[in-house]
Amino acid sequence: MPAASVYLDHNATSPLRPEAFDAMVKALATGGNPSAVHAVGRKARGLVDKARRQVAARVGALPAEVIFTSGGTEANNMALAGAGRRRVLISSIEHESVQRAVPEADIVPVDGEGVLDLAALERKLAVSGEPALVSVMFANNETGVLQPMADVVRIARKAGALVHCDAVQAAGKVPVDLHGIGIDYLSLAAHKLGGPTGVGALIVRADAPFVPSRFGGGQETNRRAGTENLSGIVGFGAAAEAARGLDSTLRDRGEAALRAIAPTARVFGAGAKRLPNTTYISMPGVPAETQVMALDLAGVCVSAGSACSSGKVHRSAVLAAMGIEDAEAGSAIRISFGWNSQSGDIDRLIAAWRDLYIRVGKSDIANARAA
Amino acid sequence: MTAITQIRRNDQPIYLDYQATTPLDPRVLEAMMPYFTHQFGNPHSRSHSYGWEAEEGVEKARGQVAKLIGADEKEVIFTSGATESNNLAIRGVAEFYKDRKNHIVTTVTEHKCVLDTCRHLEQQGFEVTYLPVQKNGLIDLEALRAAVTDKTVVVSVMAVNNEIGVIQPLAEIGKICREKKAFFHTDAAQAAGKIALDVEAMNIDLMSISGHKIYGPKGIGALYVRRKPRVRLVPLIVGGGQERGFRSGTLPTPLCVGLGEAAEIAMNEMEGEAKRLTKLQARMLKGLQNRLPEIFVNGDLEHRIPGNLNISFAYVEGESLMMGIKNLAVSSGSACTSASLEPSYVLRALGVEEEMAHTSLRIGLGRFTTEHEVDTAVDELVRHVNKLREMSPLWEMAQEGIDIKSIEWAAH
Repeated sequence: MPAASVYLDHNATSPLRPEAFDAMVKALATGGNPSAVHAVGRKARGLVDKARRQVAARVGALPAEVIFTSGGTEANNMALAGAGRRRVLISSIEHESVQRAVPEADIVPVDGEGVLDLAALERKLAVSGEPALVSVMFANNETGVLQPMADVVRIARKAGALVHCDAVQAAGKVPVDLHGIGIDYLSLAAHKLGGPTGVGALIVRADAPFVPSRFGGGQETNRRAGTENLSGIVGFGAAAEAARGLDSTLRDRGEAALRAIAPTARVFGAGAKRLPNTTYISMPGVPAETQVMALDLAGVCVSAGSACSSGKVHRSAVLAAMGIEDAEAGSAIRISFGWNSQSGDIDRLIAAWRDLYIRVGKSDIANARAA
Repeated sequence: MTAITQIRRNDQPIYLDYQATTPLDPRVLEAMMPYFTHQFGNPHSRSHSYGWEAEEGVEKARGQVAKLIGADEKEVIFTSGATESNNLAIRGVAEFYKDRKNHIVTTVTEHKCVLDTCRHLEQQGFEVTYLPVQKNGLIDLEALRAAVTDKTVVVSVMAVNNEIGVIQPLAEIGKICREKKAFFHTDAAQAAGKIALDVEAMNIDLMSISGHKIYGPKGIGALYVRRKPRVRLVPLIVGGGQERGFRSGTLPTPLCVGLGEAAEIAMNEMEGEAKRLTKLQARMLKGLQNRLPEIFVNGDLEHRIPGNLNISFAYVEGESLMMGIKNLAVSSGSACTSASLEPSYVLRALGVEEEMAHTSLRIGLGRFTTEHEVDTAVDELVRHVNKLREMSPLWEMAQEGIDIKSIEWAAH
């Protein structure tokens, strides 16, 4: 591996924060089953409880509302099954772990900037009196576009609906306040905010209904069976505490530079409020795969979409939902930085993008002039 | 590998709860480390070297797990642990084949997550037969044969019991299941890496494995799913379609690598470790039996993993004993349910009387247990059992030859 690789794929996974690493190494050495009653077990229990407070604090929840899971996917699955509502409405840009968990769901569209159509949500909710669950993500994983959660909650409440929010990409990057907004179920993944992979959480508001979907020992106060992933949970807690948000300085500088190099490049969702770390940009006429490979050879790691499906060659469902034509969507790459990104990383990105553009994007310049 | 005996600090209690969880083997931690730090990529990222390296780590681990159980690496699915594996195996097949079959066979001594899953399926309309066990904890094969019908979709019998350590006759069970065309699932959380397992020779179709029971990390497990003849499952967790669609979610690379390494170490050292633990187990038992009358081993001693003893100390209250032996980390049952004071359902299933079930301790020996620790534990146990018995009127009466059971207690 090139030692000097620049990692700009934090929305796929973020490297472990040193705070998390240190806490985990200690926990791995301590060991113990948090459910055992002897001293070793009780010590492990104490570590889990501390992490529960740290995670709760990051998203404005109470410690008792935190259910640790194996990650964001499990949390999303658990919420959609656990709310016990047959009628579910989801946005057209939800993560696959939401979409596939509720294949019958009613889909609420987004506009051209990738923002949920609130009027459509209101209309759809009014169609039937059956109590519903509305699932809208806090921030989209590809575009980084923030969704109007407070409005979603207001509209949902009026219709007697519960609200689930996949905050996997948002937590730790922007403020998330479960009780402030009034969200009933909130999904989190540790590795997106600098914690380890293999751990996440579903926050269930104290007064929200919840039916567990995994059976066994009575862990997590009977809401999620299985021996706790001790080191993972401890790492999650430490990372959650350390993840106090990102600012958009690096992103803004990079975006401005890329657009200056390639004037026809389009930043998707640029007109909406976005996460401070995400740029989803097209280099018209150059397939995303070509860009990703060329940038990788130049030591800059980005992706052509979400990691879960980035192995497969298909167009982004998110961009399709925003009404972006296939030709343009096919040339979109996602650049996402994180807690350890530096100014020099952005310089490397800009240089690599410029070199690529000069090499293969010439026809694009010609096209632009001809147009 | 001299360092591995230094796992315990002197101020820590002696750890004798290896069936609850095992310490991470330092060699496993070492293998995991790079994947926490510079090789941190998402194994599903295909567009850069960080992703490829992580994927390589995951796939190597998959091969290591497969080898431990005689499987093909394509048949191993990573999960968050044995509880999830058990849920997925049983619910997955039950739901997939529900149009044709509606019956499940399991045993009364299974882990709680198997029993709870079965109860959930009963509520969904499935029929479940809970086979009793014999006094020694083993199932009666003829009873199994009689229970399996052409409506039976899966037979779920644990390989090794988590409380009493007894080993079920897997090959014989597998043979019956194959004959009767029912899938055979085994919860091998306590067995993998401790006894030889071979999914081919034993005709096992689904097998659950846990990381933290074999000196690997918590938060990771595996499910073996046979490909020939193919076993199909409805996934419990859907999303990005990872793990051949059976289990979505970003794979935790360091944890997968840890499980793989733990599996390989367990395989390489299984024989030597079994011999060593057999000696320690005998030393522990003899030490106690020589010095304490009226103690009873629960479960078969012969068909048992060497790392387990489950002993009832008559005339002693289990909780008081637990409180007394603060220097020993042991348990009075399984960790998952040990916070409750109910007597063990496993011991009750063997026909152990309630009083005797209440006086039982599960003693787990493992890779880092030393002879000195065993001797210290024996001393400690003998001292506290004697002390508690001295205070017990029942013990006094028993010493005087009174049959306790014949006493008619006055109501108050």
